[in-house]
Amino acid sequence: MSSVNPGALPETDGKSTPRRNEWPLWEVFIRGQHGLNHRHVGSLHAPDAEAAIHHARDVYTRRNEGVSIWVAESRHIAATAPGDKGPLFEPSESKVYRHPTFYDIPDDVGHM
Amino acid sequence: MAGNDKDALLNFLLRMGDSALILGHRVSEWCGHSPVLEEDIALANTALDLIGQTQLWLEYAAEIQGEGNSADDLAFLRDAWDFRNFLLAELPNGDFGRTMMRQFLFDAWASILLPRLAQSSDPRVAEIAAKAAKEAAYHLERSADTVVGLGDGTAESHDRMQAALDYLYPYVGEMFLSDEGDAALAAAGVAPDPASLRNEYDALLKRVMNEATLELPDTRFTHSGGRDGRMHTEHLGHLLCSMQWLQRAYPGSTW
Repeated sequence: MSSVNPGALPETDGKSTPRRNEWPLWEVFIRGQHGLNHRHVGSLHAPDAEAAIHHARDVYTRRNEGVSIWVAESRHIAATAPGDKGPLFEPSESKVYRHPTFYDIPDDVGHM
Repeated sequence: MAGNDKDALLNFLLRMGDSALILGHRVSEWCGHSPVLEEDIALANTALDLIGQTQLWLEYAAEIQGEGNSADDLAFLRDAWDFRNFLLAELPNGDFGRTMMRQFLFDAWASILLPRLAQSSDPRVAEIAAKAAKEAAYHLERSADTVVGLGDGTAESHDRMQAALDYLYPYVGEMFLSDEGDAALAAAGVAPDPASLRNEYDALLKRVMNEATLELPDTRFTHSGGRDGRMHTEHLGHLLCSMQWLQRAYPGSTW
């Protein structure tokens, strides 16, 4: 099964494409409140990790959205190949019994 | 409050508010023009922080003045000779490098002064400074990193940053001048004597310029005339023309 790396595509496009003189791309993850997960909110360009965090603060937390920021250079993210969608994801479509919806939950358990 | 003390406090508040206002307006001129999107929004944030600080300083200044003015009246209805901002704040942006160098020279001063002001014997000054100090600490981190990045960058960026430093450095000294009013405020514990901040400022500048491979000019000459309103540069009038235009053309208009 193959994987792709969207952030690295421009640099591995063959010898005919000159390397663009641009800052690398970073993916930004923000934790909205203590106790919640960091969530992917978008991407930006920056020369290094420290500048990427600064930019993320300035671009994505202007309206009090976050208490913590992660950044990761996009080229380090491996992703599933769109062409593999069938073998990867379709087999689970017919396995409805994997959803835990066939049980009666006692009322006093509350929200699960 | 005795007359002299009141004048000293009013002058101090106008210097703080006007410097933040004029620099904030200058920085806002980059909106939509910055070299990259991320810097554009970061500069807009800085400008908004400064204008937010302006509102607090000038609101208090208007109260001390006691002539029924609002912060907006002070910002939009005074002419150049009434402004008390440092000349550094009103200088034109130049290229992005010069703008960031000017920002660093100002942020370094603010980041040293504001935490001290947060201990002011005047509770209102202390409150405003405590809020502004956090913003200034972030501004300094960003502008210092940019000065180092561009100073220790390519040959061209290095030369531009050195030219920016050479151009702006003769305006630095005005931030550390003091007069009788400053002495009175220092004695009353309202604000530190500006001159007493210089050593710490010099040490910070030396450290950052060293890292940025830039050379500090070997002169203590300083332009002055902004903080006492004696003589602003020709640039302030042009800035006010665009900043005050709407309020002058349509008096009292709101949105």
